Amino acid sequence: MTDALARFGRFSLEWLRALGHSAFFFVDLLRFSPAALRRFGLVLAQVNAIGNRSLVIIAASGLAVGFVLALQMYYALVTYGAAESLGLIVNLALVRELGPVVTALLFAGRAGTSLTAEIGLMKAGEQLAAMELMAIDPRSRVLAPRFIGGIVSMPLLALIFSAVGILGAYVVAVLLIGVDAGNFWSIMQDRVDVWRDLGNGIVKSAVFGVICTFVALYQGYETQATPEGVAHATTRTVVIASLAVLGMDFILTALMFSTP
Amino acid sequence: MPEAAPLIEIDRVSFGYDASRTILNDVSLHFARGKVTAILGGSGCGKTTLLRLIAGVHPATQGQVLFDGERVDAGNREQLYRLRRRLGMLFQFGALFTDLTVFDNVAFPLREHSKLPESMIRDIVLMKLNAVGLRGAAPLRISQVSGGMARRIALARAMALDPELIMYDEPFAGLDPISMGVAANLIRKLNDTTGATSLIVSHDVLECFSICDYAYLLSSQGRVVAHGRPDELRASTHPEVRQFIGGEPDGPVRFHYPAPPLAEDLGLHA
Repeated sequence: MTDALARFGRFSLEWLRALGHSAFFFVDLLRFSPAALRRFGLVLAQVNAIGNRSLVIIAASGLAVGFVLALQMYYALVTYGAAESLGLIVNLALVRELGPVVTALLFAGRAGTSLTAEIGLMKAGEQLAAMELMAIDPRSRVLAPRFIGGIVSMPLLALIFSAVGILGAYVVAVLLIGVDAGNFWSIMQDRVDVWRDLGNGIVKSAVFGVICTFVALYQGYETQATPEGVAHATTRTVVIASLAVLGMDFILTALMFSTP
Repeated sequence: MPEAAPLIEIDRVSFGYDASRTILNDVSLHFARGKVTAILGGSGCGKTTLLRLIAGVHPATQGQVLFDGERVDAGNREQLYRLRRRLGMLFQFGALFTDLTVFDNVAFPLREHSKLPESMIRDIVLMKLNAVGLRGAAPLRISQVSGGMARRIALARAMALDPELIMYDEPFAGLDPISMGVAANLIRKLNDTTGATSLIVSHDVLECFSICDYAYLLSSQGRVVAHGRPDELRASTHPEVRQFIGGEPDGPVRFHYPAPPLAEDLGLHA
């Protein structure tokens, strides 16, 4: 009993210590971000590395989700004679939920792991230590540009995911099934609100960008400088970032769309 | 003692990464200005730790480290960065930035710490690379260079800002005899031409003795066993110095890690 209590206490203390440590790390990232923004070339290089190189998987996934969503929604709606609402439902589902969330999950898997492995290997290869000894703070030179790059990239990728998804839904619904094209587009124009739907979707994806990039950088920076350490850190990035995105999605959805 | 006034003074320093194990045990060393000083010792005796203490990566548990008379305070980032701009460090495996070219690696500290125009940075980088014989390798990626070349590129990068102190962490480890000779000559030549103070951490006795002005030998317990000019150390009768210079497998430094008798471990009883 005493042992179990001691173990619980030790675990709680370690967890709290890690939480405090990561909070300080997050504050550091915010502190160094303005300086990184002044060297916009570094940020742009990261938007290319993190965002541009994730385009293929994001676009392909968006297209696949759009195809499936149109099919499933059509089968459900046609039963109630509401197939003309297909465009609206596909759009809202993508812009409000699937775009930000699925993009964030893919982002954690594609760009997050890449960031963790890159920073972890830089640490293992003493590149970060070398930078420190050159009187250059790696948090400012290496981490902050990646942090901003991730935050900028995520909403853009989510928008691309949603746009490609809507086009995929158009192909299935209009070109293959024969839903009226005018109806498909006009109901979107009529019922989708730029600020409430699109705006909130963008805010969500920006928050998910902060979460995924922060988790990836923290795991990379704090990894044990060994092959096993880097492997564990990349795994933790995907697990923690994905769970945090799903949890935060529920909170944000409740805050943003609690009224009809 | 070295003749010139010391640039670095290690004054009765003790250090351990945790309370259970002391790495450095009340050591005092002086590194003279403009000289090449070697810190010799077996693996795990605290040589690299000593370099980290000088650079303020870790604070000494006891004692103090003085850089040009100023106490190094590992908790004062502003002071540390000011002091670190005056030193260059060559890491054991180079620690080159693998996403940059050879040229960009050497240009890195110049671009970060100066507002020099790109044309001037180009000239400086090519001169530094020329000094280590690798001007022609400037456009190569780090993945395209050998271990010996990487060490020389790292040396060019460490010299980029003409530091007063250059610290070399195992500069000869893992190099073939030709690369080792090249590296040793470079360290000596650069020291003489730039007037910098050089600090070599190594376990390669012959190579170090051929280029250093003064040497310290650390024991596996993290103490200074002996120090002096290379010829003085060669003539030393101290058993640990003799064992280290002669490369003998057993002596004051035991071959076996402390363990119970073999018969006991194998379960053999008389």
